[in-house]
Amino acid sequence: MSKKYQLDGTVIKNEWVTSTYFKMTLSFETLPEIKAGQFAELRIDETPTVFLRRPISIHDVRPENKEMDLLIQKVGDGTAWLSTRKEDDKVNVIFPLGNGFDTDVAENKPVLLVGGGVGIAPLLHLGRVLSSEGRKVHFLLGFRKEADILPLNAYKEVGEVFITTEDGSVGDKGFVTNHSLWKNADYARIFSCGPTPMMKALSTVAREKNIDCEVSLENKMACGVGACLCCVTQTHEGHKCVCTDGPVFNINELPW
Amino acid sequence: MVDLSVKIGDLSLRNPVMTASGTFGYGTEFEDFVNFSRMGGIIVKGTTIRHREGNAYPRLAEVPSGMLNAVGLQNKGVDYFCENIYPTVKNYDTNVIVNVSGASIEDYVATAEKINDLEGIPAIELNISCPNVKQGGMAFGTSCSAAAEVVKAVRKAYNKTLIVKLSPNVTDIAEIARAVEAEGADSVSLINTIMGMAINAETRKPVLSTVTGGLSGPCVKPVALRMVWQVSKAVNIPIVGLGGIMNATDAIEFFLAGATAIEIGTANFIDPSVTMKVVDGIEDYLKRHNYESIKQIIGKLEL
Repeated sequence: MSKKYQLDGTVIKNEWVTSTYFKMTLSFETLPEIKAGQFAELRIDETPTVFLRRPISIHDVRPENKEMDLLIQKVGDGTAWLSTRKEDDKVNVIFPLGNGFDTDVAENKPVLLVGGGVGIAPLLHLGRVLSSEGRKVHFLLGFRKEADILPLNAYKEVGEVFITTEDGSVGDKGFVTNHSLWKNADYARIFSCGPTPMMKALSTVAREKNIDCEVSLENKMACGVGACLCCVTQTHEGHKCVCTDGPVFNINELPW
Repeated sequence: MVDLSVKIGDLSLRNPVMTASGTFGYGTEFEDFVNFSRMGGIIVKGTTIRHREGNAYPRLAEVPSGMLNAVGLQNKGVDYFCENIYPTVKNYDTNVIVNVSGASIEDYVATAEKINDLEGIPAIELNISCPNVKQGGMAFGTSCSAAAEVVKAVRKAYNKTLIVKLSPNVTDIAEIARAVEAEGADSVSLINTIMGMAINAETRKPVLSTVTGGLSGPCVKPVALRMVWQVSKAVNIPIVGLGGIMNATDAIEFFLAGATAIEIGTANFIDPSVTMKVVDGIEDYLKRHNYESIKQIIGKLEL
């Protein structure tokens, strides 16, 4: 378990990237080492309807600048408050939390990173880590329609990007599991983050093709450090905390 | 230098700030954020005679100024605690207190007996007030006779400091407090969570898997303060106050209402180092008001 910090981050930039997604860049006096797939708990202030911190996955890190990026979907009052943070505002952050993805892959084959919606956020950092280790990275990203597609330039710098949209407006039509790349899929491991139905469908495909597969789960959380036992998920070994035993689980651990 | 030390039965606390069961894990989860040697004590997770998987999820609902939980005493059982957790926590430089829960008097007694043998655990908090388990738990805490019966049985089996955690889900908490005092409880802690519920209007379904759950956080503080005050007038044993304490001012209010010590619970989820700030803030308050000891403000509400 990595050492956890509670730090005030300074907002360097906070910009809308689509009508519902924004990217927040925070800078810290010291930036701890962050594993791909780890997350942060952000404190929400001045919002009477919000009491708990909000768990947000870490999108990208620039250790040389002591900066990290968070790609956030505006869902409720907590994320709405975050979206209104201005340059030089402070945001209190507890991080890095959770186990992160297992990037130690033995086979010398490409890896496939499958994301849906806001779930694509942690895959950028993951792709950078895998690519820096000399691994060929494919991203398979699913969106509802063209207008929902998030900026993908950074992903394209890291690996090859494949897209599905449910209406077929961009890329292959359908869900990520309908993409044509599956015909000849030969990957060392699949890493995924997105809606649970998407990851469940993906786990079926991964099993059929006998490819190792890790998924990053989300759940409502309170503490984020494994104390309150609110964010549990069912595993073959009973209830486990998404915050500390996860958020990343191998599909073999899950009754999917 | 102000004196922050207090006594609860035979238990000496270096300061009156402890953490509430179920909100601080076994302490290890918060090691990066606090200094145990500056805490009065840690009350670890509710422990039962056998392993419990807890309730199905969702277990959490956020509400304005608080939250509902329906964890349902998930824990690996007292034997697991003794063998795997105790060897670590006994070395902490603070009091480690075990919260003991059960579904029957026999379970409570058997669990308390096992904890009694652990030299490094100076006290137990007997949980007769968990609202999230079907059998037992709160059932013992909502009637005077059942509360008295379980405390009487545990008192025979347990010879160190016995704190009894009371349920607010009763008509008259003072009479429950008197009943457990009469059976030999060294202290009462209050309040456990208040039973509540949350509904999703869009889906027309309850938010929690168990429909109802336990409400905690600053929204319960006025109820907790009122109950501490009522109990303080009813019993002579020391009171451990808890319920929505987020900062030192909240803590001071509990001392004035009659609490000898306090527990911080849900606030740990928002600020994992909150206990350190509360200890500092209590000290500042006492200095500012020229008190030499925390004992000078306990129960000193001016009417």
